[in-house]
Amino acid sequence: MTELINQPVPSAPPRSQWRDIWDQFKTHRGALIGGIVFFVIVLAVFIGPWLWPYDPTFIDIRSRNQNPSWAHPLGTDQLGRDMLARMMAGGQTSVSVGITAMLLALFLGSLIGVLAGYFKRLDNLLMRTTDLFLALPLLPLLLVMVLLFREPLNAAFGPETGIFILIVTAIGITSWMPTARIVRGDVLALKEREFVLAARSIGTTNFRMITRHVLPNVMSPIMVSATLGIANAIITESALSFLGLGFPPDFPTWGRLLFDAVDYMQQYPERVLWPGLAISLTVLSVNYLGDGLRDALDPRIRGR
Amino acid sequence: MLTFTIRRLVLAVPTLLFISLVIFMLLQLAPGDPMAQVPLTVPPEVKEKMREALGLGAPVHVQFFKWIVQFFWVEPQVLIDHIFGTTFSEGQLRVLSWQTRSPVMDIVVQRLPQTLWVVGMSYVLGVLIALPIGIYSAYRQYSAFDQIGTFVSMVGFSVPTFFTGVLLIVIFSVNLGWFPSIYDTTHKVTDWDSFVFQLRQMIMPVMVLALYNAAQISRFMRASMLDNLNQDYVRTARAKGLGEKTVVLVHVLRNSMIPVVTVIALGVPQVFGGAIITEQVFKVNGLGQLLITAIEANDLPMVQTLTFIFALLIVIFNLIADILYGILDPRIRYD
Repeated sequence: MTELINQPVPSAPPRSQWRDIWDQFKTHRGALIGGIVFFVIVLAVFIGPWLWPYDPTFIDIRSRNQNPSWAHPLGTDQLGRDMLARMMAGGQTSVSVGITAMLLALFLGSLIGVLAGYFKRLDNLLMRTTDLFLALPLLPLLLVMVLLFREPLNAAFGPETGIFILIVTAIGITSWMPTARIVRGDVLALKEREFVLAARSIGTTNFRMITRHVLPNVMSPIMVSATLGIANAIITESALSFLGLGFPPDFPTWGRLLFDAVDYMQQYPERVLWPGLAISLTVLSVNYLGDGLRDALDPRIRGR
Repeated sequence: MLTFTIRRLVLAVPTLLFISLVIFMLLQLAPGDPMAQVPLTVPPEVKEKMREALGLGAPVHVQFFKWIVQFFWVEPQVLIDHIFGTTFSEGQLRVLSWQTRSPVMDIVVQRLPQTLWVVGMSYVLGVLIALPIGIYSAYRQYSAFDQIGTFVSMVGFSVPTFFTGVLLIVIFSVNLGWFPSIYDTTHKVTDWDSFVFQLRQMIMPVMVLALYNAAQISRFMRASMLDNLNQDYVRTARAKGLGEKTVVLVHVLRNSMIPVVTVIALGVPQVFGGAIITEQVFKVNGLGQLLITAIEANDLPMVQTLTFIFALLIVIFNLIADILYGILDPRIRYD
C-alpha cells in the first residue's frame, strides 16, 4: 500500500481525445469563425423573436413597403409586415428543417452503413439499394413528392406541421446515401481490428458490439456528414420554397422570402439581399465548420 | 476491358427498370384527376370513357408495361422514322401529354436545345475555369492565391444558384441594364447583331451555373493534385532532372486527372437537375421549366417521362464515369 503512495504523481492529467480534437479544431481559423457565426445565427433566430416586439405575420397595411428605419431595421414588405421579424421566423424554420432533416438522414445513413458493414449477408443488398437511390434524380423526385403528399399531410397535421414533416422526410430519405457509404467503409475496416476480436472472444453480442465498439469509432465521419447534411438540407429546402413548392406564403422561410422578394426586385432590391445573404452565410459557416471538423477528427492530420 | 464494359452495361438495365418502377409507383399515388378540367355538363359515363381512353382504367401493372413499351419501343421507332423517313411507328400510340394531348417526346425535343446550350456551355466553362485554379492552388499550397482560391470556391459552393442568379439580375439587369433578365428562346441567330444579343442573354445564366460548377470541381482538382504532389514518383521525376513544367503538367496532372475526370462525368446529370432552378430564375423555357409546369398542372405522363430522362442521364453518365475510370486506371479493370 505504501509503495503505491510513494510513486511519482503525474504532473498533468492525461489528455483526453476530445481535448486533442479541440486543440486541432482551434488552429483551423475558418472552422472556428464558421462555428461562431453558425452559433450566432442559430441564437439570433431562436432568441431574437422573444426580444423583438413585432410579430412576423402582423399585417400593418398603412406602413407597407417602408425603407429601413429605426422602427423597422430591414424595412417592411408589401403588406407592412416587419422584415426583421420575418427573417427571424424564416430562419427558425430553415434552421430547424436543416437540423431535423440532417438528423433523419444521419440516422438512416448510419443505420444502413453499420448494418451493411457489420453483417456480411446484408452488405450486397443494402449497397445495391444505396446505389439505386444514388441513381434517382433527386430534385425532380423531391418536387414530385411535395406535389403528391402535400394535400394528405396538410389534412392530417395542419398546413404548417404537415409541410414541415413532408419536407423533412423528403430531404431525409433522399440524402442518407453518402453517409451510409462512408460509414460502411469505416465499419468494414474496424471489423478487422484486434479490439473487436477481443470483444468477440469474451462473448459480446452483436448489439452491444455495435453500440459499444463500432459506433463510437465511426463518430467522426458521421459528425462531418452531419455538418454537410445541414448545409445540404438548408439549400434543398430553400430551393423547394424558391420554386414555390415549399412552405405556404404566410409561413416564412428564407427561401420563401427570397421567392416573394423576386417580384419586387426592381423597386426593393434589398429584400432579395437579406434572405439570400442569410442562406449563404449559414451554409458557408456550416461548410467551414465541417472542413475544420474533418481535419480535427482525422488523427493522421492532427498534431501537424 | 470489353467484359468490364459489358458487365457495367448489364448492371445498368435493372437499375433503370427499378427507377422507372419507383417513379411510376410514386405517380400512381397522385391525387390529381386529369378529368378535373372537363366541364361539369359532361355526363359521368362519358368521363369514364375518356378516362379509359387515357389508359387509366387498366390495372397498374398493365399501365406500367404499356409505358415501358411506349418509351423503349415506340419512341425509338419514331426517332428512326424521323431520321430515315421510314414508317415503323405508324398507327402506334406514343406517350401523350395530358396538358397538350401531343406526344411528350415532341415537346421534349423542342425544349432540349435551350437546356443543352445553357447547361452545356456553363459546364464546359466551369471545367475550364476550375482546372487551372485547382492545379495552381495545389502547386502553391498555402500561398495567397491558394487562400483566396479556396475561399472563393467555398463561397461559390455554398451560395445557392437561386441567390447568385437573382443577385446578378439585380446588379446587371436592374441597376446597370447591361443584360436582359429574361431569356428569349424564340431568338434566332442570323447575323452579327443577333449573335451579340444571344451572347448577352446567355451570359448570366451560364455564369451562374459555371461559377457553381467551377467551385466544386476546383476543390476536387486541388485535393487530387495535393495527393499526387507528395508521391515518390514526383521526387524521382525531379531527381532525374525533368523540368518543373514537365513534372507538374505531365506526370502529376495526368495522374491526378483520373478521379477528377470521373467527378466531372458524374456531375453532368446533377447539373441538369440543378439547372431546373437556374432556368426558373432566368425564365429559360428548357426541360426544367417544363418539369415544373407539368408538376403544377398534374400532367403525369410528362412528369414521368421527364423524371425518367433525368434518371437515364444519371445512369448513362455513371456508366461513362465507370468506363473512363477503367480506361484511365488499369488497376480498376482487374477486380
